[in-house]
Amino acid sequence: MRERLAVAFGAAAFAVAPFVLEALDESFLLSVLTRMLAYALAAAALDLVLGYGGMMSFGHGAFLGTGAYVAGVLLHHRAEGSAVMEWPLRVGGTAEALIAWPAAAAVCGVLAAAIGAISLRTRGVHFIMITLAFAQMVYFLVLALPQYGGTDGLMIPSRNVLAGWPLAGDAPLYWVALVLLALFLVFARRAMASRFGLALRGARMNERRALALGLPVYRLRLVAFTLSGAVTGLAGAILANQASFVSPDLLSWQRSGELLVMVILGGQGTLFGPVLGALALLAAEEELAQITEHWMLVLGPVLLLVVLFFRGGLWRVVAGVRGDA
Amino acid sequence: MPEPLLEAVGLTRRFGALAANEDVSLTLLSGECHAVIGPNGAGKSTLVAMLAGEQRPDSGRVLLAGEDVTVLGPARRARRGIARSFQITQLCRGLTVRENVMLAVQAAEGRSFRFFRPVRSDASLTAAADSALADAGLSSRAETPAARLSHGEQRQLELALALAQRPRVLLLDEPAAGLGAAETPALTRRLASLKGTVAMLLVEHDMDTVFALADRITVLAGGRVIASGTPQAIRADRAVREAYLGEVVDA
Repeated sequence: MRERLAVAFGAAAFAVAPFVLEALDESFLLSVLTRMLAYALAAAALDLVLGYGGMMSFGHGAFLGTGAYVAGVLLHHRAEGSAVMEWPLRVGGTAEALIAWPAAAAVCGVLAAAIGAISLRTRGVHFIMITLAFAQMVYFLVLALPQYGGTDGLMIPSRNVLAGWPLAGDAPLYWVALVLLALFLVFARRAMASRFGLALRGARMNERRALALGLPVYRLRLVAFTLSGAVTGLAGAILANQASFVSPDLLSWQRSGELLVMVILGGQGTLFGPVLGALALLAAEEELAQITEHWMLVLGPVLLLVVLFFRGGLWRVVAGVRGDA
Repeated sequence: MPEPLLEAVGLTRRFGALAANEDVSLTLLSGECHAVIGPNGAGKSTLVAMLAGEQRPDSGRVLLAGEDVTVLGPARRARRGIARSFQITQLCRGLTVRENVMLAVQAAEGRSFRFFRPVRSDASLTAAADSALADAGLSSRAETPAARLSHGEQRQLELALALAQRPRVLLLDEPAAGLGAAETPALTRRLASLKGTVAMLLVEHDMDTVFALADRITVLAGGRVIASGTPQAIRADRAVREAYLGEVVDA
């Protein structure tokens, strides 16, 4: 009950935010909120893997960044009028979000399936290290592509258009990001209450039992990992539009770590918790960074306190529920 | 002689210098209850682990209905009809009792890649789970998280999970472990009611349970089979009495 109230309140707040900000003449903040929504989508997607599946992926930055680069590269070639590749078939650039964003999700899904197929043969610390290693490989691969800016990143000349409707200005992108986040949360909630979710959670709680029952544990985890990677890539495509810039920084291990912090801070295995975690972490960064450049010095201990004393994260404090143990 | 449903052929498993199982062979016929007994450290749990696919033998083979399943892992053997209970209860402790059983049912159906319908309203799952819970006498605890069950109830659920898989072969690793004096006879009656419907390999220390249920008994000591036969023959076997039964009976 309390959780429903919390979700309803959050949804209402995001629904009226653009109008309130406009009335307060603070519309520039809408762009900040859009960035939060994109990270919230990525954090919720990571929660499928971490909270429900029990897989500590330290490589989700690779999907966030790759998704951003796919959208960015397609826009770049569209502006140049050049082809992304000529062989084996010619792929041109595009500004159409209905093509570019599914492409970002698909590329990241394939990448996640490949990384997951290998990583999921390991457990525990090995899994953490191997996902990190793969993410670093993607990071250095992108740095080695001078045509897309290398370390400087890639400027995006103009944003995507959605079915011909330009996502120019702050409001259109905000609404699209909000709708995508809401759709994903509804889908993921359902999926985690379905047979798939039950099996994924059961395998996390007791892998030995899950195997003895005959559950396809490896395939369950691979599907969750692939889905999570694809949605994280979609979040990256939103981020690319929000910033009109794609930085290799999105691919870095610091981003992967930040996503993990969002999930844990908010409360793993709840989906809404990681959304709240993303909002809280980014808001704290924003505020603290204005006070001191050593903001991590303040945020670090706060995170420590949350992990030590608020098992179940912020969502447990707000909504009174936590992910199943 | 009917063809054996499950067959171990010369299973050997070594941990360093220790041979946990040395050339162990046995058969399980359909419908029978075959008990494996032996002192602690005799290699009973290792044998069950090799039959279930959790451990790979160093040599030897496992046949299920004549088919070699030696290289298959536990999940694939489970899907072919081998279910097991564990000596130390293995449950999904964060799930409710019903969810645990639903997981077993859906695993047996082999349909876990369904993303949209909540399991709560999946009639085929809930109906099968509820009937399994009724059989196990756990209906009133259906909504309780498995972690909150008493030890005896957890043991009941452990068995209910294996049965919900509708197995051809049931491997029971000390199902009476940790049960009280009142609970063990109830378990024995429950297992007796299953006789004939599923082939059972029963590893058990409680001799009353073993002699009440077993059609055949194999005795392991030091990783080797030292005797195998009917309960009467095992009772009369001198080597067995020295190695094992004598100690227990006199204690």
